[in-house]
Amino acid sequence: MKRAVPPLLGLALLLLPLAAIEPRTWLTLTVAGLAMGMLIFLVAAGLTLIFGLMDVLNFAHGALFSWGAYAGFSVAILVNGYWGWAASESVLANAGLLLLAVAGAVIVSCALGIALERVIVRPVYGQHLFQILITLGATIVLEELIRIAWGPNDQVMPVPVTFRGSWDVADVVILRFPVIAIALGVSVYAGMWWLLHRTRVGLIVRAGVENNEMVQVMGHDIHRYFTAVFAAGSALAGVGGLMWGMFSQSIRPAMGGEQLIFAFIVVIIGGLGSVTGSLVGALLVGLSYNYVAFLVPKAAIGVTMAIMVLVLLVRPTGLYGTGK
Amino acid sequence: MPDLLELEDVHTDIGQHHILQGVSLRVRPDAVTVLLGRNGAGKTTTMRTIMGVLRPRRGAVRFDGRPIHALAPHAIARLGIGYVPEGQGIFATLTVDENLRVAMRAETAESRDRLRRALALFPDLERFRHARAGTLSGGQKQMLAIARALVNPTRLLLIDEPSKGLAPIVIEHLIGALAAMKEHATVVLVEQNFAMASRLGDDCYVMDDGRTVHAGPMAALAADQALKRRYLGV
Repeated sequence: MKRAVPPLLGLALLLLPLAAIEPRTWLTLTVAGLAMGMLIFLVAAGLTLIFGLMDVLNFAHGALFSWGAYAGFSVAILVNGYWGWAASESVLANAGLLLLAVAGAVIVSCALGIALERVIVRPVYGQHLFQILITLGATIVLEELIRIAWGPNDQVMPVPVTFRGSWDVADVVILRFPVIAIALGVSVYAGMWWLLHRTRVGLIVRAGVENNEMVQVMGHDIHRYFTAVFAAGSALAGVGGLMWGMFSQSIRPAMGGEQLIFAFIVVIIGGLGSVTGSLVGALLVGLSYNYVAFLVPKAAIGVTMAIMVLVLLVRPTGLYGTGK
Repeated sequence: MPDLLELEDVHTDIGQHHILQGVSLRVRPDAVTVLLGRNGAGKTTTMRTIMGVLRPRRGAVRFDGRPIHALAPHAIARLGIGYVPEGQGIFATLTVDENLRVAMRAETAESRDRLRRALALFPDLERFRHARAGTLSGGQKQMLAIARALVNPTRLLLIDEPSKGLAPIVIEHLIGALAAMKEHATVVLVEQNFAMASRLGDDCYVMDDGRTVHAGPMAALAADQALKRRYLGV
């Protein structure tokens, strides 16, 4: 019964704005909110696993988001320059560009994540203050490297033709890219769920989130899992960055830091270490932000904070947290 | 026969505190060695130091004649040392079955066979195999924690206060299971329950203020009223 509370809360939140918003606009906002939620989920899922398993507060996660966006941007520019796949009318060419850009974002953010874990995070395991300081320092360095490599100004992200514009379904405007983002988010969640609940590696990671010392004394080399989770979390942040860049059609060096605040709110709402919690939290934030931004634009961020405070008052460990 | 485990003048700090101040002990193969002492004497810290969770700043820990104090916890476990910590350390959100599977270092026919034997020792666990471990009673959690340590090839089993917080009837069942386990592995048992310790133990060490202050056969300690009163308050 307790586990049914978050979905019911979500459903109530989903339907409540219908009282003040015309149904067609509500549907458009809902799709936008779900897309925003899924993109935040990509960032928050990695963050929650890294914190849950490794007890590491990784403030450099936002910089990996930016690096993923820029790496994907460069691949997209390159592919479009050679073969014109962004401007092509072919759905296959458009999808190919997106896949190559995602691959570029994954490779770069994953490699950076592994380097960060090995070089700067590993020496400060168990020391939260040092983790905050050193990962904030890494954020500054990584963002400056972006400015050096790509310049300080905003860049226009090429979006393939198929994913631009909107569909008109029964007089309801449905933007295309958000639908792609929602599909990607659902696929990532399904993949993570399968990995965590149906594989041996996932079983050990879930056990490690609860008590990593116990996992070690059972004979598992937890550092191998730490590195793998850090790499996977970083890759998700990179994909999130690329998709956010395509969603907003522009990228800038500090974009990761701006999204990180949402990701932290989502992780706290969902419960540290819970991927399902992150998904529910991200959808709550994405939807409430879009509804409130339409009704009372200035209160949009305030409402996400209010949801976090409310959840913490009712359930201090977050919606799906285990109270570690 | 050479000792299976040996601690020589081990000093361990936790933060700024010097907890172990020269612990020396020897564990004979196939015997049950009991560590006794009041709260705060350093028994749990000794177990955590053996497992590599805490690194000693001085002294040596040897297993089968080989120094292990510089090894990582997972490498120590892979030598065949099982650990059941105080408070059981079960994964409450995982099922009983998942708790047992996560403990296996590889899911082989041999490990599944060992799992069958562990479950035969604790039949209750079979009934609750698909229940979340967090919903088990205190005694069942303790049985799960011990069964988990038996699914890998174990030469030495370290068990920290298994009777803590359990009802007398459950303790009786636990004593039976631990006695049966003596057939499979050498056991180091930390225990405050003197009656249980004296029924299971072959050798004993008494700890006080981070040092081993008495060593000898369990039967001799059981007969020494003055020593028991002085260090154990019984």
